[in-house]
Amino acid sequence: MAVPEFEVPKLTEYTEVPKINPGVMAHVKTFPAAEASQTFLGYPWALTDDWQERAIDKMGDLLGKYRSLRVFMDACVHCGACTDKCHYFLGTADPKNMPVARQDLMRQVYRRYFTIPGKIAPWLVGAKDLSKEILDDWYNYYHQCSECRRCSVYCPYGIDTAEVTMAGREILNTIGMGQKYSSEILTKVQKIGNNLGLPGPALEDTLLGLEEDIELDTGVPVKIPLDVKGSEILLVTPSADFFSEPHVESLIGYAKVFHAAGASWTLSTHASEAGNFGLFNGNYETMRKVAMRIRDAALELGVKRIIVGECGHAWRVAYSFWNTLTGIGFGGNDPFSIELQQQLDHRYKQPMHICEYTWDLIQKGTLKFDKSLNDDRVITFHDSCNVARGSRMGEEPGDQFTIPRNVIMAVANNFHDMAPETIGEGTFCCGGGGGVLTDDLIEVRVKGALPRMNAFNNVVQADGVNFLALICAICKAQFTKVIPYYGFDRSMVGGVHQLVSTAIKLD
Amino acid sequence: MTSLTLIYTGLYYFAAIVLIAGVAYRIVEYSRTPAPLKIPTTPAPTTGAGVAMRMAREVVLFESLFKSNKWIWVFGWMFHVGLALVLLRHVRYFQEPMWFVIEFVQPYGTYASFMMVAGLLGLWARRFLVDRVRYISTPSDHLMLALLVAIGVSGMMMTFVSHTDIVALKAFTLGLVTFDWQPLPSDGPLLVHLALVALLMIIFPISKLLHAPGIFFSPTRNQVDNPRETRSIAPWAAAAERK
Ligand code: HEM
Ligand code: HEM
Ligand code: SF4
Ligand code: SF4
Repeated sequence: MAVPEFEVPKLTEYTEVPKINPGVMAHVKTFPAAEASQTFLGYPWALTDDWQERAIDKMGDLLGKYRSLRVFMDACVHCGACTDKCHYFLGTADPKNMPVARQDLMRQVYRRYFTIPGKIAPWLVGAKDLSKEILDDWYNYYHQCSECRRCSVYCPYGIDTAEVTMAGREILNTIGMGQKYSSEILTKVQKIGNNLGLPGPALEDTLLGLEEDIELDTGVPVKIPLDVKGSEILLVTPSADFFSEPHVESLIGYAKVFHAAGASWTLSTHASEAGNFGLFNGNYETMRKVAMRIRDAALELGVKRIIVGECGHAWRVAYSFWNTLTGIGFGGNDPFSIELQQQLDHRYKQPMHICEYTWDLIQKGTLKFDKSLNDDRVITFHDSCNVARGSRMGEEPGDQFTIPRNVIMAVANNFHDMAPETIGEGTFCCGGGGGVLTDDLIEVRVKGALPRMNAFNNVVQADGVNFLALICAICKAQFTKVIPYYGFDRSMVGGVHQLVSTAIKLD
Repeated sequence: MTSLTLIYTGLYYFAAIVLIAGVAYRIVEYSRTPAPLKIPTTPAPTTGAGVAMRMAREVVLFESLFKSNKWIWVFGWMFHVGLALVLLRHVRYFQEPMWFVIEFVQPYGTYASFMMVAGLLGLWARRFLVDRVRYISTPSDHLMLALLVAIGVSGMMMTFVSHTDIVALKAFTLGLVTFDWQPLPSDGPLLVHLALVALLMIIFPISKLLHAPGIFFSPTRNQVDNPRETRSIAPWAAAAERK
């Protein structure tokens, strides 16, 4: 690990609310997007001459299209309830990382250009002309928000800073201030089919290699099919599952589950990515285009079911938005959605999370486990923010918390939850979500992980926990990178289906 | 009619129009702005009735705020419940005969004013004492609290210190409603009270007081969690889909 150029926060028993320290994170600037990817996405790539006018126009456009933004800009009473809820504030003490202050970066401009008091008495309501300094603040602090929605749980009006951040990034993109990381990923996923830019033949090779590994390891010929027409199930999973560690262990887990269930399933080259960074940038059209790959693949392959692998934001987009964006789901009455919905099997939820699928099979008794194989592990589970606060699993509200835990407890003997206020709907983000998972933001990522690390450290100390179980590709990548800064070993990080993979009996 | 009566009569019609038209405008604006994506903060209710319950808990109990910060909740809830009782008690100025609830609430309303003002002072204190809240406070946040405290205190002056002529006042207020204008009693506290209330009515639709209608339109709170079962699509998005 390289020596960090910043101070890594100390672990404490409780995450204390720091005294504000204005400007401490103002130096953090994520790398700007370059010409090629921005042009592909239809954005300028350098600050346009008419940036001020363009930004205000875009803001007006978004205010007219999104009720969330419109209401949230007006409704905040500056009560302060959200000020100590953001992991980035708790980890950095920079007051502009308080959710309300992050919103105010936009609200000051909104008030100036779109409200009467802001037009006649800007000083009274904190309204400001849009300046280059404000743009810089937007660029800095809208990339220090992981759009995790923790603030929206605690705001009395449910004001969701993620919506403001998304709008902020969309405005920045429109005037030529995009972020390299997201911009490149959105280009790769559309040009090649996945965020990692892994072409079809390479994917095929990787999967063949994995099949060999599994057979060597278990003696059972578990298959990982690709582009098999007429399969019953299409599995859409984050591309990190294909070759990042520990992600790939979960992919092996899904394959074993499908094998044990005797399911007919396939991956798709065209849809070899569940992730959808369109969400992070607040561009509906881009998010839709990226999501359409799944619909196209489903139609092309003729599948009856669509299952989504372990990924937080991907599951939010799949669960909450796919029906709207692409018709994957039920209840459509227009030709576009009917075309797909009549192909899908109505006995099952569409789309379905891999944890829902595995848990169903466990309840039916289809899967058999030797739980003792996980006995060297003492496990805790981190609720991923997008699953916890932006989606659901199962039938009842809150099943997104119980189902993954049920799966873990069905395959392993030692499980301990972290402190209740740090899990469930109040879960602390890993610190790397929402388009922040890039090396140029490492300081933000390390500091933002503090509240989660404190809670984790407590169960490590008290219960001997040595395994942090996850259901998100971003969480996995973030923790493997960040956990060593806090003195833990990166092998403590893994997936829920990695645990399933260890304990499942195959024949 | 005295010029004082004339001024206050005019002021109140103006304020009432601004308040009603302004809030109506906002409500229309909020309801016309589409919510293109399902974004309830989950766990969220899966039925419309569940959403109505969630909203009721937010409006009556400030449920999210309770989870969030007990001090703000205590002061905020004291203030709003106090305000609600005071306003109920005030309905008597506009009714003859009075409904039973309004009669019933009279004695409680008097003491609710203490609750209201104490809550306001608690909230105000936080704006000075808590560094995070100090950082986000703008002059308008302070002035809004000052305005409400001044309304409350001027009202309490009349209730507990120097009574005003309630019978004459009631003739004036009923006169406003029935367009049969009557003279306004001219005691200092009443004039101050009424002027500040008119100001409050005027700024309501252009200030953060929009949180009151706003909460009902907040997509994270008013949406049903059923996106896999129903397909919703905003008109502008549907138009783009057909292209
Ligand atoms: C549907 C009705 C309403 C609901 C649900 C509601 C809810 C809330 C909540 C949850 C807060 C934040 C906590 C607090 O600071 O108290 C708040 C703040 C506030 N409310 Fe309301 N409110 C409503 C109506 C009103 C009305 C009618 C007024 C004024 C005439 C008002 C004035 C205020 C003020 C001034 C604040 C900010 C207090 C501060 O500066 O900290 N509210 N409201
Ligand atoms: C046209 C509107 C209003 C009129 C005519 C009015 C009139 C009065 C009068 C005559 C009193 C004295 C009651 C008594 O002597 O027993 C009073 C008290 C009071 N008023 Fe108002 N008021 C109005 C609006 C408001 C508003 C909007 C608020 C709060 C934001 C408010 C807050 C109070 C309070 C706290 C008291 C003291 C407690 C009580 O007697 O209820 N008033 N008001
Ligand atoms: S969405 Fe998450 S990261 Fe963004 S301000 Fe809210 S709590 Fe912080
Ligand atoms: S909790 Fe909500 S209303 Fe209160 S300051 Fe934060 S965003 Fe504004």
